[in-house]
Amino acid sequence: MTLSEYLSAALLVGGCLFFLAGTLGLLRFPDVYTRLHALTKADNVGLGLIVAGLALQAASWAVALKLVLIWLLVLLAGASVAHLVASSALRKGIRIWRR
Amino acid sequence: MLSLGLAVFLLLNLGAGMWRVLRGPTSADRMLAAQLFGTTAVAILLLLAEASGGAALRDVALVFALLAAVTAVAFVRCAWTDGEEGNDTE
Repeated sequence: MTLSEYLSAALLVGGCLFFLAGTLGLLRFPDVYTRLHALTKADNVGLGLIVAGLALQAASWAVALKLVLIWLLVLLAGASVAHLVASSALRKGIRIWRR
Repeated sequence: MLSLGLAVFLLLNLGAGMWRVLRGPTSADRMLAAQLFGTTAVAILLLLAEASGGAALRDVALVFALLAAVTAVAFVRCAWTDGEEGNDTE
């Protein structure tokens, strides 16, 4: 294996660990705001690492560019959805969790 | 081979996210689980496109990313109406 293949494998495994952290946060955190925090950030970073790992192995520049574009779309969508859900939950009076 | 194994791992991750759909307390929590499904599905499809060499799967991933965003916006704007109380425990 070459160096770039090792790097790509490390990025892929790291991305999957971030996905695991996101799912764990969604299952364990106490209210909708903290779950949003866990989900939208950890998953988007995980997807970014996976995209970086796959782009290292990509056959052509066009494929790598497409992967990055997919990631940017998911980032944009995730950020706007997180804001929409959080402000809507606040307006409906869901209380913020306190210890 | 590695990307195939990681795709299976992410699929198990997705199955664990099902627990939040069942429990939920509010419908926003269920919607968050749907968001998780969207992001994870994109990652799985990209890994599968690498593993099997099917370039069309990347287009499917693109459609999934788009659909997850549209679904969540439609949920917030239309479906999550005022009928539901904030802190209910169903």
